[in-house]
Amino acid sequence: MFPLRSRLRRRFEILITLYPKRLFKVPVEAECICPDVFAEKSAKEIATLQIWEGNRKRTLGDLFKIKHETDSPTEEFTIRICGDVSKVRKIGAKMSMGNIIVEGDADMHLGEEMKGGIITVTGNADSWTGSMMKNGTIEIKGNAGDYIGASYRGSTQGMSGGKIIIHGNAGYEVGCFMRKGLIKVHGDIGRFAGIHMRDGTIFIQGNSEGRAGAQMINGKIVVCGYIPSILPTFTIDDIRPKVKVNEENVEGPFYRFVGDLADGGDGKLFVSKTKNPHLSSYEEYL
Amino acid sequence: MNRINGEKMDIAIKDGKIVEKVDEKKAEVVDASRMIVMPGGVDIHCHIAGAEVNSGRILRPEDHFKDVEAKTALTRSGVGYSIPSTFTTGYRYSRMGYTTVMNPSMPPLEARHTHEELDDTPMVDKATYPLLGDWWFVLEHLRDGLLEECAAHVAWMMSATKGYAIKIVNPGGLEAWGFGRNVKNLDDPVRYFNITPREILRGLCRVNKLLNMPHTIHVHTNNLGQPGNYLTTLETMKCVEDLAEEGHPAIHITHCQFSAFKGSDWGTMSSGAEEIAKYVNHHSHVTLDMGQVIFTDTTTMTADGPFQYGLYQLSGNKWVNHDVETETSAGIVPFRYKRKSAVHATQWSIALELALLIKDPWKIYMTTDHPNGGPFTAYPHIIAWLMSGVARKKTMSKISKRARRKSLLPSIARELGFYEIAIVTRAGQAKALGLKQKGHLGVGADADVAVYDINPELVDPSKKYKTARRAFKRAAYTIKGGEIVVKDGQIVRPVFGKTFWVDVKTSLPIEVNDDIKRKFREYWTVEYENYPIPDRFLHVPAPIPVKAEV
Repeated sequence: MFPLRSRLRRRFEILITLYPKRLFKVPVEAECICPDVFAEKSAKEIATLQIWEGNRKRTLGDLFKIKHETDSPTEEFTIRICGDVSKVRKIGAKMSMGNIIVEGDADMHLGEEMKGGIITVTGNADSWTGSMMKNGTIEIKGNAGDYIGASYRGSTQGMSGGKIIIHGNAGYEVGCFMRKGLIKVHGDIGRFAGIHMRDGTIFIQGNSEGRAGAQMINGKIVVCGYIPSILPTFTIDDIRPKVKVNEENVEGPFYRFVGDLADGGDGKLFVSKTKNPHLSSYEEYL
Repeated sequence: MNRINGEKMDIAIKDGKIVEKVDEKKAEVVDASRMIVMPGGVDIHCHIAGAEVNSGRILRPEDHFKDVEAKTALTRSGVGYSIPSTFTTGYRYSRMGYTTVMNPSMPPLEARHTHEELDDTPMVDKATYPLLGDWWFVLEHLRDGLLEECAAHVAWMMSATKGYAIKIVNPGGLEAWGFGRNVKNLDDPVRYFNITPREILRGLCRVNKLLNMPHTIHVHTNNLGQPGNYLTTLETMKCVEDLAEEGHPAIHITHCQFSAFKGSDWGTMSSGAEEIAKYVNHHSHVTLDMGQVIFTDTTTMTADGPFQYGLYQLSGNKWVNHDVETETSAGIVPFRYKRKSAVHATQWSIALELALLIKDPWKIYMTTDHPNGGPFTAYPHIIAWLMSGVARKKTMSKISKRARRKSLLPSIARELGFYEIAIVTRAGQAKALGLKQKGHLGVGADADVAVYDINPELVDPSKKYKTARRAFKRAAYTIKGGEIVVKDGQIVRPVFGKTFWVDVKTSLPIEVNDDIKRKFREYWTVEYENYPIPDRFLHVPAPIPVKAEV
């Protein structure tokens, strides 16, 4: 028992806790809430970090009460945010180590371009969560918005590694231009999941609103629930009893579609057979 | 230039001009001892304004968000990188010591937009070249052999669009592109017009001479960006050989690197720089600019629609393609030049080979064809490559092996000195453009001066190329029109530059006949009455009067 407890304690040892001093009415851009920035700074220095509230320049200390619980930050550096930060953007942007725990909701661009570490959100996260991320893990206990793990607008460099786990539902265009890594959605997903996908895996345990895999070149999308229809530029390839998602076997059976042929793609779209009886007409093309 | 190389002297400036001397007690003194003083930089070819550039900006949000400039007390905010916003363009040029910038390739229909953007480009004097190589009236006049009528029409166009030189892009090809075709060589006739690219080039070269234009025709060759096109380029230069007067250039081949490919396909593509350099070394009627490729992510944009379509097919990137009514076409494709790509690395090598193999620096000028080869902010890197074999060797060691094997660069020992750099970056360009008051520091010249913090007596640029690169990146002083506008790489005074345009004085006033007016009504979306741009539309107009022979 003892070693396990100590490991757990070490992992969740909270070093810095941020409490919002008031309810934010306009968006706050807080790129500095990031273990890499906080590391080796005293509570005083952290309080002077610059952040934007709307078009006003503020310091972190103006907006948050900062509680520093030890003076020697370790490798497992943890930032905990308690309170409503549903207007605070870019939490954990570019982080490469440590933990961030948001107890509540987080706003857009959570973990943008992150390179390592773990972000946990107990509530919901907004759009662009984990966009352009390279490594690390983001876990959302609630729902997430659109463009999860996507590229910046206009760019083709989407998520290139790491894991995003969403326990609730996710919005539109999840995994846009995704290149590597895993997005796992326990709930339902909006339209255009895996649009422009280059590689990587999107695993949807719930239903999809459709148009999954539009313009995908490569990669894997698994839909365990209902999907209204498959894009006409996908062709049926096989029926598989199970599919492997990151060492984990998911029991099927699944229809396997290949596409998007409009872009010469070779992406694989797995769709549950039992949940989608209306797709059985595809079987005659096998 | 004034044949002054490395001497110490005083330069007196009064009322925006360089003068013999000023009252030393009253004058403000800029201490440029232990520094290099050059005329303000002149860029002969860079796409900085207009509908095409703006479409590029709209197409590429990802190009901007990593390169943001916040506003200061003096300057406006803006974004880069490969297609900077207008104000940022002006500031960035000025910080590098540039004071005159030429925007090539303006579809005449978009002249208003182009001039609006040029007016918003501060710190530099500028001008723009209307695209006339595929203009219906020009094609019709030349087909019918009506040279003088064509000249009169071009003169009217210069004043209507407030243009500076005749720009020809892929002559004939753009008109053919309107019907999904291209021309293959100089003698391939254009459909429906029954005219060949050779006739267009020769005709407009004659027109240019008849109008006494300050610059030559500014030509983007046929088959640009295709392996084996160096033959087309040689043919293009040869086709106006007999039209040249002794000692005067008759044609400017722009971004020549893209027109100097040898080989039959991309696998065998190699450099045709040697052949082009040999021709240019033996003839005096050609000037070139480099079109250097920089290994970075950039945005290609030309009026050459078919070429841009080919580039889209090659890269699979997002793209824009456009046919500008009866005038020209346009295309935009974002592009990344990679060190490890044999083709891209060969392109990098070709431009430097051209610059180094052409013996006379007055014939070849430094450009990146911004933003096609790379953004203009990379000029200090090109200067370092030109000045230092070590710098070239260092980049060579990182490029594709195949390109390295084929490159001629290891066999070239030539390194340019500061004097030659001043020619390829300002004096030569000003001379080719016919800007008599630019590119030199003689009495009567515009007081556009760039001072770089590098001591030519102590620093050997061929070894310490990084020092030179740093110095050219941030001018110690940029003086524009007699005012200090940049100090230590920072803007200290925002100013507006002039817009040059050629005001051709023909012997008889130019009359626009009813036929043209009728065609405007039938073919254009803009009525004839709204087409010309009045002089007062420009922020600071600077017409250059020339007397034509028609």
